[in-house]
Amino acid sequence: MSEESFPPRLSRREALRWVAVATASTAFFSGAAFSAGAAPKTAQPYGTDPLLNDTYDPGAFWPLTLDAAQRRTLVAVCDLIIPADEKSPAASHVGVPDFIDEWISAPYPSQQAHRPVVLEGLKWLDEESRRRFGKLFHELTVTQQSEIADLVCAVEPKDPSLRHMSRAFALLRSLTVGGYYTTPAGLKDLGFVGNVALPAFPEAPREVLQKLGLT
Amino acid sequence: MPFLTSSKTKPQYDVIIVGSGAGGGTSAYVLAMAGVKVLLLEAGRRYDPSTETPMFQTPNQAPLRGTGTPDKPFGFHDATVDGGWTVPGEPYLTRHQKGSADQFHVAKDWDIWGSQQEWFWWRARMLGGRTNHWGRISLRMGPYDFKPRARDGLGLDWPLEYHDLEPYYDKVESLIGVWGSNEGLENTPNSVNGTLLPPPRPHVAEMLLKKHAATLGIPVIPSRMAILSQKLDGPRLAKKLHPGNPAAQKVLIKAMDARLACFWATDCGRGCAIKANYQSSTVNLPPALATGNLDVVTDAMVREVSVNDEGRATGVYYVDKKTKEDRRASARIVILAASGCESARILLNSKSARFPNGLANSSGKVGRYLMDTVGAGVSGQIPALENLGGFNDEGATMHVYTPWWLYQEQAAGKLDFPRGYHIENFARRSLPGSGSLDFLDTMNGGVYGKRLKADARRYFGSMINLSGRGEMIPNDQSYCEIDPNVKDAWGIPALRFRFKWSDHELKQAEHMRRTFIQVIETMGGKVLGQSKTDLRNPIAPGGSIIHEVGTTCMGADPKNTVLDPHCRAWDVRNLLVCDGGPFVSNADKNPTLTIMALAWRSCEHLLEDMRQGNV
Repeated sequence: MSEESFPPRLSRREALRWVAVATASTAFFSGAAFSAGAAPKTAQPYGTDPLLNDTYDPGAFWPLTLDAAQRRTLVAVCDLIIPADEKSPAASHVGVPDFIDEWISAPYPSQQAHRPVVLEGLKWLDEESRRRFGKLFHELTVTQQSEIADLVCAVEPKDPSLRHMSRAFALLRSLTVGGYYTTPAGLKDLGFVGNVALPAFPEAPREVLQKLGLT
Repeated sequence: MPFLTSSKTKPQYDVIIVGSGAGGGTSAYVLAMAGVKVLLLEAGRRYDPSTETPMFQTPNQAPLRGTGTPDKPFGFHDATVDGGWTVPGEPYLTRHQKGSADQFHVAKDWDIWGSQQEWFWWRARMLGGRTNHWGRISLRMGPYDFKPRARDGLGLDWPLEYHDLEPYYDKVESLIGVWGSNEGLENTPNSVNGTLLPPPRPHVAEMLLKKHAATLGIPVIPSRMAILSQKLDGPRLAKKLHPGNPAAQKVLIKAMDARLACFWATDCGRGCAIKANYQSSTVNLPPALATGNLDVVTDAMVREVSVNDEGRATGVYYVDKKTKEDRRASARIVILAASGCESARILLNSKSARFPNGLANSSGKVGRYLMDTVGAGVSGQIPALENLGGFNDEGATMHVYTPWWLYQEQAAGKLDFPRGYHIENFARRSLPGSGSLDFLDTMNGGVYGKRLKADARRYFGSMINLSGRGEMIPNDQSYCEIDPNVKDAWGIPALRFRFKWSDHELKQAEHMRRTFIQVIETMGGKVLGQSKTDLRNPIAPGGSIIHEVGTTCMGADPKNTVLDPHCRAWDVRNLLVCDGGPFVSNADKNPTLTIMALAWRSCEHLLEDMRQGNV
């Protein structure tokens, strides 16, 4: 899958804003920001009075910072965590990698603490892929990717030496789930119905009440 | 124009009000509707909920999916402007929970559960203050709550009784609109004068909660929320609230007509563009401004109350934050409604030769008896709520709650703590946020792929949370005072806080957890992330429930209280405090409704004094 075939990651407006900010930063191209684990210096918080009555895409407030290789690995692992099925699309098709990139690029303490965990996790996935299959993670078949994910997907992994990587995987999973089930496709998949104005609060469905013994 | 810049205010007002939240907004409303000329000073910026509220924005339209950050601790879409656990340029100090007695540091933490900070102080710098993001829970204090010391010998009694405040609860409920029901439960007053709006049906998960809680003897009844379940009847209410005042009636009818009924969607914490819930900025201030009797200056940070040679208040000094200029405003009467703690800070900073320890502080009690609410919660996953399919059960926040139900057991000495708590719940199918499904790992041990998607569908809507909100008893180790060194960006000396829970509160929090675990297990549920053996830890840190009250206590005796029973300073008779500061106890009932009722009562008394020429 080539990078060009990905669904549009950012709205044009946000993409332009991101490129402008990124270009202004030499650190962005030096690669120093990635290895240091710290968020790039260009990242500014949105402050205590941002305009709320608006919509924002990742990159609107601070530049995204993953390089192409990291992004390919991230896309692959996001789609392994939430693949497409008959009901809903894969994580990368609703912008989850952009969200995770936004997350680890953010200038806030929690997110900055997550940054090295995510980057280490992505690095480990590629290293393990090379070691086992001589390829990068995104080049593997789903079966091969699963063989690696199975080592670290449990909250308590079988091999205690992999606990560190299972934490990284859990973080990637938490971010993927959080990013996915807040999109229209994810909400629909969950069976969330709401966020629309109603003339009256509707009666509870009879079959639900029956099932719960509440009738 | 009623919104003025600081250079355009009139030379003299009848009343200056400091702060525009629940207390200040109510005071401005009552006085302006009665024809009094009022200047309202608000430390934050002008704010218009009808244009600024993000009503239907979803988390994926916000940075970090709306997750809270130090800039916006309750999430990107939360209404709070220029506030939170820290406010830029406005430091306060506190201690590390295990630090030595006098080791104060500037508070900087924002993650309350990951912190050892002794006190947290949430502020908002915006018109309407914290009423904009407020939870809307509107509980009346009951007869017991005004006389707690008489009942159990602890804490302090109020210098008034329930029946003194009841008419004002009626007025406030009529004005703001509160849904609820009259259940006749002990110390849980009915609104006998027909002031309530009909409550919505419980959410499905709340119905299940009610059914199972009943088997444990725990009542679950309609919540009381300051949300319009139907449009207010302006003509009827205006006549009732302002008899013999046709001008005020006309203004109120129009203001009530501008408020729409709730449409059962979007989080109340964002505020409400259709004015379906109570915010001072949508309910109190618009009619008050429409009378022409109210001037408002925003970005006005009050430093101190000015006094004359006779020791009477003459106005306030404030900083215009826009121009950074010092300003003065004059009035016959000054009302502080800057919030519990902030009003105390203004008094303590109002030092003069006549009042060397600060204004209204001859008792030495300004800053004392700082209280918050006891908070503890437990989450659980309820298998019965799995796989219920898609249906709209969002509604408007919490539709039912549990008032304190163990008065008799407590009186019989069967409990090891003296005061009560009520239970708030999250049991509904709300718009998910980025962390809403984090409990999946607990359910399945960590999976991915098709199994994860199947589990997300299965478990969505099956997680509930129960949170206790309990009464804290005032103690001598919880107070605020002026820090000798630190000043804010405007040169105003900052507050520092000490705070300590006693065993009463810790044991109550333990009882909360034990009870909630029992309820969840009775529902057939699995308790999430809670140790069953260590129930004491953690209690929410002081201040984190954002119910800070006390610090300018009212009472019957000038020797040991700051305010008289009408919230006038004993020492300065034309100075009032109309916020949470006058509280001498902090019943489990969330304080906002009582702040408003107390402010209304104090302002009516003030109007009578003004009519009689006493002030």
